[in-house]
Amino acid sequence: MTVPLAVFFVLAALAVIGAISLILQKHPIHSALSLIVVMIALAGLYLLLGAEFVAAVQIIVYGGAIMVLFVFVIMLLNAGIEEHTSISKMAGVPGLLLVVALAGFVAATIARSTESIQATRQSGEMASTLGISNMIFKDFVYPFELTSFLILVAVLGATVLAQREKS
Amino acid sequence: MVPTNYYVILSAVLFGLGVFAFIFKRNIITIFMSIELMLNAVNLAFVAFSQALGKLDGQVFVLFVIVVAAAEAAVGLGIIILIARNRQTLNVERVNLLKL
Repeated sequence: MTVPLAVFFVLAALAVIGAISLILQKHPIHSALSLIVVMIALAGLYLLLGAEFVAAVQIIVYGGAIMVLFVFVIMLLNAGIEEHTSISKMAGVPGLLLVVALAGFVAATIARSTESIQATRQSGEMASTLGISNMIFKDFVYPFELTSFLILVAVLGATVLAQREKS
Repeated sequence: MVPTNYYVILSAVLFGLGVFAFIFKRNIITIFMSIELMLNAVNLAFVAFSQALGKLDGQVFVLFVIVVAAAEAAVGLGIIILIARNRQTLNVERVNLLKL
């Protein structure tokens, strides 16, 4: 087994364990910490794929900003241990069947398309960050400008939603 | 070199776990976190195919997905604070105002 393959399996196991832990943990703060483990593992996988810029953004925006927001809201609302009724326990069985069917379908599709994926593989290093900045500010400049508008609207919406109503 | 299918299979597994958490969990914050997990799984598939095809489009799309996820988190958590303030609970089964 080569070194990249070993690194991949370690990071993949970390991500899957974190995701399972997110489901099994009873307290939301533990689920949030499990999700942070998943995100750090995914950042490692991005580095392995040669996408340094995406890995850095993943850690800064996802592992940093978004998860801090989550932990902050959990602590602000003093979220306790979640309670399950008998109906919600029953929802787990069809949910599990549904997920197994979905995963089986995806795995079968991937197994059939192996040759075409492998055939298009190109070797050679690409200057990832330089190429991304060229694409964002040339080919995708209008979507990029639209995202700034989206963030503005989101900030306004969040402020209006969360402010206390004046009596 | 790691084969691209491994990444895609890992992405499918993570997406499936996210779907299951979305169905199974009862705390609204945890449900919201499972949506983030699904977005992350899709991002992994994007980057894997971007590397397999030797094009950078996938990585640019990942950046846009991350921006949308950040905006979604801000608005969604605002809504969660509003629900917690009005209903005094985070359990989605207790949020049943529209139920007959």
